[in-house]
Amino acid sequence: MISRRIFLKDGAMALVSLGFAPTFLARTVEGLGAQRQKILITIFQRGAVDGLNMIIPFGEQDYYTSRPSLAIAKPGADENTAVDLNGFFGMHPRMRPLKPFWESRNMAIVHACGSHDATRSHFDAQDYMESGTPGVKSTSDGWMNRYLHAKEHQKATPFRAVALAPQLPRSLQGTAPALAIGQISQFGIRAGQSTDMVQSSFEAEYASAANSVLHSTGREAFDAVKMLKKADPSQYAPSNGAEYPPSPFGQALRQIAQLVKADVGLEVAFAESGNWDHHANEGAAVGILANRLDDLARGIAALVRDLGDRMEDVVVMTMSEFGRTVAENGNRGTDHGHGNAMMIIGGAVRGGKVYGTWPGLAREQRHDGRDLAITTDFRSVFNEVVRGHLGLRDTTRVFPGFKESAPLGLLA
Amino acid sequence: MKMGVFRRFPYAVLAVALAGASFTSVDAQKRATAIPAATDDKTIIHALNRIGFGPAPGDVARVRKMGLSAYIDQQLQPERIADEKVAARLAGFETLTMSTRQLADEYYLPAQMIRRQAQRASSAAAAAAPNDPAMQPGNANAGRQNRTPEEMQAQRAQRRVLDELTQQKVLRAAYSDRQLQEVMVDFWFNHFNVFAGKGQTRIYLTEYERDAIRPHVFGKFRDLLGAVAESPAMLFYLDNWQSAAPEGTAMEGPNGRNPRADLRRRPGQMGRGNPNRPGVQRRPGMAGANPTMADLPPALQNRRPRGLNENYARELMELHTLGVDGGYTQKDVQEVARAFSGWTLTQPRQGGAFVFEPRMHDNGDKVALGLTIKSGGGKRDGERVLDLLAKHPSTARFLATKLARRFVADDPPKALVDRAAATFLKTDGDIREVVRTIITSPEFLAPASYRAKVKSPLDFVASAVRASGADAVNGLPLVQAMRELGMPPYGCQPPTGYSDRAEAWVNTGALLNRMNFAVALSSGKLRGVTPSSGVDQSTIVSQALGGDLSESTRATIGRATTTPQAIALVLGSPEFQRK
Repeated sequence: MISRRIFLKDGAMALVSLGFAPTFLARTVEGLGAQRQKILITIFQRGAVDGLNMIIPFGEQDYYTSRPSLAIAKPGADENTAVDLNGFFGMHPRMRPLKPFWESRNMAIVHACGSHDATRSHFDAQDYMESGTPGVKSTSDGWMNRYLHAKEHQKATPFRAVALAPQLPRSLQGTAPALAIGQISQFGIRAGQSTDMVQSSFEAEYASAANSVLHSTGREAFDAVKMLKKADPSQYAPSNGAEYPPSPFGQALRQIAQLVKADVGLEVAFAESGNWDHHANEGAAVGILANRLDDLARGIAALVRDLGDRMEDVVVMTMSEFGRTVAENGNRGTDHGHGNAMMIIGGAVRGGKVYGTWPGLAREQRHDGRDLAITTDFRSVFNEVVRGHLGLRDTTRVFPGFKESAPLGLLA
Repeated sequence: MKMGVFRRFPYAVLAVALAGASFTSVDAQKRATAIPAATDDKTIIHALNRIGFGPAPGDVARVRKMGLSAYIDQQLQPERIADEKVAARLAGFETLTMSTRQLADEYYLPAQMIRRQAQRASSAAAAAAPNDPAMQPGNANAGRQNRTPEEMQAQRAQRRVLDELTQQKVLRAAYSDRQLQEVMVDFWFNHFNVFAGKGQTRIYLTEYERDAIRPHVFGKFRDLLGAVAESPAMLFYLDNWQSAAPEGTAMEGPNGRNPRADLRRRPGQMGRGNPNRPGVQRRPGMAGANPTMADLPPALQNRRPRGLNENYARELMELHTLGVDGGYTQKDVQEVARAFSGWTLTQPRQGGAFVFEPRMHDNGDKVALGLTIKSGGGKRDGERVLDLLAKHPSTARFLATKLARRFVADDPPKALVDRAAATFLKTDGDIREVVRTIITSPEFLAPASYRAKVKSPLDFVASAVRASGADAVNGLPLVQAMRELGMPPYGCQPPTGYSDRAEAWVNTGALLNRMNFAVALSSGKLRGVTPSSGVDQSTIVSQALGGDLSESTRATIGRATTTPQAIALVLGSPEFQRK
């Protein structure tokens, strides 16, 4: 921790890099309360990102032979080559904004990771990843919602679980309260001068709604409105010179940072990034995938920078329903595959390391002879984060049926 | 909740069902409908909420007069309903009747050309200023914040196509007298979902809904499935237009010649011909000329290594027909993809049409879902797969479940699904009869179904406009409302379409947005949407909600200081969110 590069409080960057450490250490624990809330921010890359071009196994010759037009060149002087991580893996060149976190050992990667269920359906695979029960379709709630249940506590606020999305994602659906917000600035009743009257009228209506879903959702909504009003996030300016991309994803992350810093009780947050399903003309160092990764990396980098020392209590975790075929298809794209890569960033993350067992890309090492095999169940990663970061000791209710093998040791 | 009146139903339903009593229409008599001869207003409101987008002022009285059974029969035959009012509202939307080709020529291609010109100019600028971060690769647009007036105008023109399409959707829902037809168009579009945001898909959207979906919503499922399979929108959205037999598979070209020889050469060589391949000279239609780029199927023009694309084949089975548990394997997906190889598009970037391209088709033997397809079938290969899927029991069950979910309950009664699936199989997939089975069933009218569903954003927006009698000359604010409620029209990215279950739509943010829409609509804040002066809160309470309000809602509305406020409190109430 001490050796991490320093981020100065005035927002200027020290060295070329930044970590999360010393300003936080300088603060006294008493000043913030003995038990600060741990926060998990999950990011779903919907559409199945091409994990082999996101976290590139440039040490594999098979990677290059399988992808004549899509492969990213080995790390080199050119800016369009892979960003070296450990001499074998590299990041896509457009993910360079994340490199400082790797160097400060706040960013870990789990590769060849995913669901042992073999489905290549986006719908099923997303459903499984969000329900946390691969192979079981009948699970009615999401894993994040089950976490909320398993760790119910008195201080829970309406903002305990928030999706910055127009709809609540599957992972947050369930019987524990969770919020979906498109735009926090628009959150509330807007009726001009009669806003207060109209709001209290609606509140009364929903308080006695016969339908229990509408009743409880209505109550949550009005609690949340009041709380957010008190926190007044309308005057928000990101810290430390963080610049979020103008995309919906970037703006979702910006608003998550607002909620974190407004201290409204945020515990689990969700944002999604779409358009990863590149069956055709995927591009390599530049192109469609590159632009999506650029948005992803700049968004995450801005979030981490903006949260600054708050990152000591935050873990950011990315996921995507499955990986894509090792070989490119006839349309210079990739089809639905199997294993994929996840990224975990945070103050307590034992970063600077690619976790998992690399299965190799030779044909006989592949799943079905075509896809990256899976050596780490995605639930292992979720489970370690829920246990090690969010502090839930018994996770059997969150991941029913999951038998944990040896932990990866992602968290300090 | 006051359900007294509605609770009288089961007895009536039972008596009717057991006695097989006679009803208003001869057809209905034959079909043993569960619709009682005399229905109370709540029953009528329930039906109007489910087979349409809710009651408008006067609707309940009209249906009471003609009889609910007759009304349902009429709705099942939309061609017998004149529907002039909505035609008048859509008269100014000239893109709705244009062919894809026209839309491409007049709206999309000019915009594309102007955009490309601007991009080229911008790339040239980037080359001149390599250190400008805005000019890095992929940031071509970021560097061009100052668009030319021509570009802006072309963009506006291009946006008009989607603007008119999205408006017509919500305006038809709000104003069409063919209410059930609009429910069905929405249902089937969503079932065969395509996404406006995926590449060229939007060029094809207008034609897709108008020509592939709409004419078949009450027809035979096989016809609908076939129309979708050949629709450029679906071919583009699920990539099948690019799916070609991989190298080394059995192919047969014209004159029994293996045409792959023509296709294997690099694009740069295409125009030169190949003296070592005399077959090229005999190519039909080539009149001895060497083949050029333009002669090749577009999917082959720019890329050399070819291959199957499984996307359509998979979703065809998982989402369009059998359902995910419908009993198919990854092997079936591959075989079906082979069957559909060569179902492609002429000039997809210019709004070209469907074409079967034998030179892309995998002509080998196939075994899909137990069906053996011998080589040589050509386009028939795919059609035989569609034939099989369209009459498969898994398809019957999957579609029956989805339709019953739409009309009856999120978790529809199994007995009803069984009967609807049986109707599907018995009638060779006659959608009208399947829907009739569902909406004339005892389950449809059972107390358990009353207000059992939460309105989708489209249901809510359209029903609020209808109930309040608002006059929308501009549909865009309604479209915008749907976006804010999480259901942008034609904007559902995954092929699954939007969920038809309550939990997808009830969340705190969306709920607040519904209340806000109610406020904006009733207070005349939506541009081009005028509230009706003749409709007040009591009209809506009695005609759209059957007077069925909680004490709290009733009291709250009573305290409102203005009529628009009172209307907002009705339309935003928990009661109005349900159907």
